[in-house]
Amino acid sequence: MEKIRLEICCGTTCFMLGADKLMRMETLLPEEFRERVEITGVPCLNVCMEESICRAPFVRINGVPHAQATVESVFEEIRKLLEKEEREDSE
Amino acid sequence: MISGAEYMRRELMIRLVRLFDQGKLDEELDRIPIRVRPKDGEASRCCVYHDRAVLKYRLMALLGMRCEEETDEAQTLAGYFQDADAREKAPGDPPLTVCTAGCSGCPDNSYVVTGNCRGCFARPCVFNCPKNAISVVNQVSQIDYTKCIKCGKCMNVCPFHAIVKTTVPCEDACPVGAIRKNAQGRAEIDFEKCIFCGKCFRACPFSAIMERSQLLDVLNVLKRKPAHVAAVVAPSAYSQFPGTIEQLFTAISKLGFDDVVEAALGAELTSANEAQEFLEKMSGGQRLMTTSCCPAYVELVKRHFPDFLQYVSHTPSPMKYAAQLVREKDPDAVVVFIGPCIAKRHEAEESGLVDYVLTFEELGSMMAGRQIDVISQEPWTLLTPAGENARNFAKSCGVTESVLADMTRPKCGTCGESGKCGENAENPCVENGQCGENAENPCVENGQCSGNTETPCGENFELKAKFINGIDRKTLSQLKLLAMGKDPANFLEVMACPGGCVNGPCSLHVK
Ligand code: SF4
Ligand code: SF4
Ligand code: FES
Repeated sequence: MEKIRLEICCGTTCFMLGADKLMRMETLLPEEFRERVEITGVPCLNVCMEESICRAPFVRINGVPHAQATVESVFEEIRKLLEKEEREDSE
Repeated sequence: MISGAEYMRRELMIRLVRLFDQGKLDEELDRIPIRVRPKDGEASRCCVYHDRAVLKYRLMALLGMRCEEETDEAQTLAGYFQDADAREKAPGDPPLTVCTAGCSGCPDNSYVVTGNCRGCFARPCVFNCPKNAISVVNQVSQIDYTKCIKCGKCMNVCPFHAIVKTTVPCEDACPVGAIRKNAQGRAEIDFEKCIFCGKCFRACPFSAIMERSQLLDVLNVLKRKPAHVAAVVAPSAYSQFPGTIEQLFTAISKLGFDDVVEAALGAELTSANEAQEFLEKMSGGQRLMTTSCCPAYVELVKRHFPDFLQYVSHTPSPMKYAAQLVREKDPDAVVVFIGPCIAKRHEAEESGLVDYVLTFEELGSMMAGRQIDVISQEPWTLLTPAGENARNFAKSCGVTESVLADMTRPKCGTCGESGKCGENAENPCVENGQCGENAENPCVENGQCSGNTETPCGENFELKAKFINGIDRKTLSQLKLLAMGKDPANFLEVMACPGGCVNGPCSLHVK
């Protein structure tokens, strides 16, 4: 089973606009996600320019950038992806 | 997590940096309030139009202007930008400004009955009020404010927690009573009393109290380069950003600074000299000495208890020593101090040694604006890294520990002249030319200051330290007790911010 790829933006814009808690994702991840998710910290994802600045902080999940990310919103997203996977498996 | 106020402040800073780099500030500044609060977007206040009005004042403060000095309401931000762009010195005191349009005019401290009141049968509020100010009307308690003396008894006895105390956050936070409401009911700071601690700036839930930024001035100086520009970085920075100290220094240098210097190097000098000063003062019969590195504390003494000034150490702060180190190498250098502090802006201006002061928020916003990530940087080579004690100056008790370490460090000739115990020395470790007979550990051997002794000449003076970890309303009376000799402490460390500079008003407050 492929792991969900979680890329936490550690760029300075995201950091200044609230990513510090996201950067501790590794320690916050609930037990049930541990085996299913792979976390990496990455430099600026380059999606924080122009007007999208007010949508920071960003996290990329399986290649898709998520705006206004919080630890909770990221968990929610992971949960959705896992459920989808299970559904597809059972079909 | 950051608050909405911090988010907005930082977003505006980052926008300012990016527009500066694109050379578009004059044409775009007036559009920022609209871009940030478009007409079909969400509002934080009653409507986006009020938000936009407040945003204009925020940007004014970000350009270093004082909202109080607005004479023409029709003046555009582009107009303010022109003035700010042309100035050659940092905008001076006061470092804070109040945005009247943003101030909500919070109601004065009082006790209020909330919807939790069940109009109960026992009615302890009614029976406990010493002034008969409470009656129950339509099954709900009511306070007659012409009778209420704000004793709070009703709040304490209500079993439903139905009575609450409301406060004015800014007034409540100010340790010296410098904030009052003006005739229009909006907050106003009395800058004769203000000690620039920045507590109101952090406390106001509407973020109506703003600092006057020097961001534009620093951006300009880095671009125009009238001379070498050096950054002096406060040790509290080290715990603020992701990445190492060395990576942070590289990131700072990439902003255009020619040199990046640890303020902790200045702290080493402060510590050594403060230890020396302490020994001298104690042997000279003085009862007490206090630290002087926190500028808000120094202002507190100057403005509210000048008689206490005699006890405040004369040793310059780490910022001043570090600035001197830079100026010894290059007298024309432009010195930019980077720290978490609002009061340092005042100290910098007063000292004449530091040209500009940036906060960590402003530093972070500059790096964010230019997409400089600390964690992606190569490490900077610190030629002479500061010692651990000096770097700990930023934490509460750190100053004392460092001074203490300096006092007990084996050192030859602190009391003497040219390696000898000087009989004429102000601060002799010998009595009548002889090593003090009672001294357990003589600091002299054969009449000479022994270089290898464990115990320095200051051994006779035991350091009894006391800490004031965060200035509040009680601090002045604590100082008064100390002045009266009602406390055995002979060394007092004072930090305006609880926990020390690491929790300064403009730190990033990362956990
Ligand atoms: S706390 Fe803020 S909004 Fe309330 S009175 Fe003070 S400055 Fe105004
Ligand atoms: S003393 Fe501190 S809290 Fe009071 S007005 Fe000045 S900066 Fe604000
Ligand atoms: S810093 Fe996160 S996208 Fe640029």
